[in-house]
Amino acid sequence: MSTLHVTRSTPLSRIALPLAALLVLLLAAAPWWASTATLRLIGEIMIYLSLASLWNLLAGYTGLVSVGQHAFVGLGGYILFTVALYLGWNPLLAIPLAGITAALIAVPVARLVFRLNGAYFAIGTWVVAEVFRLSFAQISSLGGGSGSSLPIGIMKAMAESKAMRESLIYWAALALGTGSVVFVYLLLRSRIGLALTAIRDNETASSSLGITIPRIKLAVYVGVAAVTGMVGALIFLQKLRIAPDAAFSASDWTVLVIFMVVIGGIGTIEGPIIGTLLFFVLREFLADLGTLYLMILGALAILIMMASPKGLWGLVTSRTGLSLFPVGYRVETRGDQG
Amino acid sequence: MDWINIIIQGILVGGLYALFATGLSLIFGVMRLVNIAHGDLIVASAYLAYGVMQLTGVGPLTSLIAVIPLAALFGYLLQLLVLNRTLDKDILPPLLVTFGLSIIIQNGLLEIFSANSHKLNLGSFEIESIHLMPGVDIGYFPLLTFAVAVAVVFGLQQLFYHSAIGRAFRAVSDDPEVAQLMGLNNRTVYASAMALCLAVVAVAGVFMAIRANFDPSMGPGRLIFGFEAVIIGGLGNLWGTLAGGVILGVAQALGAQIDPGWQLLSGHIVFLLILAVKPQGLFPKGAA
Repeated sequence: MSTLHVTRSTPLSRIALPLAALLVLLLAAAPWWASTATLRLIGEIMIYLSLASLWNLLAGYTGLVSVGQHAFVGLGGYILFTVALYLGWNPLLAIPLAGITAALIAVPVARLVFRLNGAYFAIGTWVVAEVFRLSFAQISSLGGGSGSSLPIGIMKAMAESKAMRESLIYWAALALGTGSVVFVYLLLRSRIGLALTAIRDNETASSSLGITIPRIKLAVYVGVAAVTGMVGALIFLQKLRIAPDAAFSASDWTVLVIFMVVIGGIGTIEGPIIGTLLFFVLREFLADLGTLYLMILGALAILIMMASPKGLWGLVTSRTGLSLFPVGYRVETRGDQG
Repeated sequence: MDWINIIIQGILVGGLYALFATGLSLIFGVMRLVNIAHGDLIVASAYLAYGVMQLTGVGPLTSLIAVIPLAALFGYLLQLLVLNRTLDKDILPPLLVTFGLSIIIQNGLLEIFSANSHKLNLGSFEIESIHLMPGVDIGYFPLLTFAVAVAVVFGLQQLFYHSAIGRAFRAVSDDPEVAQLMGLNNRTVYASAMALCLAVVAVAGVFMAIRANFDPSMGPGRLIFGFEAVIIGGLGNLWGTLAGGVILGVAQALGAQIDPGWQLLSGHIVFLLILAVKPQGLFPKGAA
């Protein structure tokens, strides 16, 4: 006879997790097998993978559709420059500090923007990013509107050789990229994830069951801001130069990220991964088109939102039921002898 | 007299911000839609007027005869063919679709008109002014802008509360299902609201383009000004939105006096302060 059995994994996920781990190990060894150009490309992919996973957690799972995450990217970058230039810290140590500071600043920011109703919340976050950009342009000790650079002496404190510095930055990117995906995955499987699902399905009912919605939304917003700040610090450590317009660039750190998530599949863990990879593949072929490329991405995002709101990965799961990183529970029928 | 002059100029600019804001306020009131592309549509209308002027040789104000209906038609079709399909309880699809639209418009304008800035020329009317007292001159054009803003708000108010279409707007806003049962076609009511919104957007775009240079990247900034005016004034109150625009205009004008870099910043800070102290806005609905 057969028994019913509740499980969180699927046959595919049991293969996918070890394979993913193997891939991460392979990527961690990249400084030994990849060229500098490849290393940088993977690093950039990792940075966008991180931003995409984080934005997806915010908009896709928590209902906080922020279009102002570039506020925390730029903030993280500026914190790294401040402590490296004025306190002489090792830039790598400045990355976690950027995360902590971003989280601390995210708390009062959240108290303000959370007052805005769902859709207006989006524009409110944008205003905050503008305020950050305009404020940093006023700080003359950080170069004001024209920005500042990291001198080579500070970079040498990180590591003597250029190759070692490249590798360190790459590993940090790999850690943040894979770390963000794991963070979102584990969070969604935790009690908070359960609460988020309940809130998404019915806010009133979940509230009456004792879920404190504002607290959970605040926790997610602050957590996402912290990791976004760390990513921002890393981005500008790699660029060695920061200026307000680049640091708080909506098109680089928010627009592209939103397109990646929407095209890949918002509200799925796999979506941002697929969207990020697809974005980089498309960029190889279409980047020469310049503005036309962005118009194509915009049109693609609109089409997907109207035809398949769960993106490309949504199309895959609805046809096949596949799930690489399952967060829900399923009932399996197992045939056994009792 | 300097300060009086600065405040008066700020108030008059506030009229323009109110023009940015009323369309936003209107469609949010009718269908809870926040259009991220609103600012880009304002800029696109300015380019449309520029195109009409190039083709026909008319002045910017005359070009409105063509620009307003074209913009309204675009709004009607946009709502009917695209945005209506995204309206649901979930706020995500309409936000992301209008976000995509915003990027398409910005880059489309960049592709067609390049990043160079343009300005619509109104001739000597732009520089003539009334001499009020020493140090205080009121330009005809800023005054006209403000008068148009007042007229638009008054007109929309009348339309909302004293016409059949206004009744339909209020009905679908209050309860879309019951409105449908009463024989309204919600889809075309929404489309009419968007057409009306775009008509106001067209006026806003042309007045913005006469006042100063414009370029394809300016959309998000106009969206933010309009949004701030709506929130400062209080959701759902059109006269409040006008007051919100004026407060924003004055805050920016005073900020610019401290330091040019503080012009935009002080506007945003006033907005955030009001959000912190009175999240419902200064004149919440029901006061009007």
